[in-house]
Amino acid sequence: MRWLADVHVRLRPGIADPEGQTIAGGLRALGFATVDEVRAGKLLRIAFDAADRDEAEAAVAEMCGRLLANPVMETADWELRVEAAREGGEAVR
Amino acid sequence: MSHGPRVAVVVFPGTWSERDFVDAAPAVGWDARLVWHTAAELGDVDAMVLPGGFAHGDHLRTGAIARFSPVMRAVEAFAAAGGPVLGSCNGFQILCEAGMLPGVLLRNDHLQFRCDWQTLRVERTAGPWLDADELTAGDVISLPISHGEGRYHADPDVLDEIEAGGRVVLRYADADGRVVPDANPNGSARGIAGIVNPAGNVLGLMPHPERAADAEVGGTDGLRLLRSLDRWLATQPAVAERRL
Repeated sequence: MRWLADVHVRLRPGIADPEGQTIAGGLRALGFATVDEVRAGKLLRIAFDAADRDEAEAAVAEMCGRLLANPVMETADWELRVEAAREGGEAVR
Repeated sequence: MSHGPRVAVVVFPGTWSERDFVDAAPAVGWDARLVWHTAAELGDVDAMVLPGGFAHGDHLRTGAIARFSPVMRAVEAFAAAGGPVLGSCNGFQILCEAGMLPGVLLRNDHLQFRCDWQTLRVERTAGPWLDADELTAGDVISLPISHGEGRYHADPDVLDEIEAGGRVVLRYADADGRVVPDANPNGSARGIAGIVNPAGNVLGLMPHPERAADAEVGGTDGLRLLRSLDRWLATQPAVAERRL
């Protein structure tokens, strides 16, 4: 079964994020005066094969633990779904 | 002594400072050899260097891919046996990712790449890279920095632990040796520019000692770190015997 994982890698709370602060300043400069905070992160879309959801979840957890996020500064969370094109013929963007 | 220190300088795809170490080698008597990152073992060497650059394009995170290169198993084993390892700039980032040093290097707080001469205060002399015959605690030295991701970060308890253990060896300081915010080029926690592992044989630092090796191009303070290696090796009985 083919799976798609959208992994979000985020800076841990409390770690200064100058990139997010700069983006927040840009939004405020455009008139979005109520913007209080922006946190920048990464989105990694991973396509892979696994027999079932448990196996897929375990694989993504291991990917995050070993490579995708450094726990000293980052957290990772993800959404996992079956790749639609392989199931119902629906295009996956 | 029949020869100077044999030093393996590791080259990853994207490393850019290996030639600067090779160029500095004659001034400090090193027999420096370049080693590609796929090498599983590095032969009979006295020290290993991870130079600066952008290993594997710094993709995902600095050092994140490089730490899994085959050569890193050899570097880890060498360090665990007490062998001297120096990681400068990207090399420091790789040592942190590999868990050989605590903490991590984040994006500079001002988001700019910073390439400049930087004054640093020597906090402590010990081990193969900061010999007391070359440097004294409190010395202010000048080395180039060249990085976009040099903001040292670790949890407060980790910072307290490495401070208490005397493992912070270099801090960003002004010309008078004062560790003040204006002298901190990247927002590093507590002005930390260089740290060592508990045994003291592994040094990671953001500045480039190999680029301060010739008075013609700005200064020679880097030679004081690189020369330390030979002094330290001479104090190691096993090494001295092997080198006769």
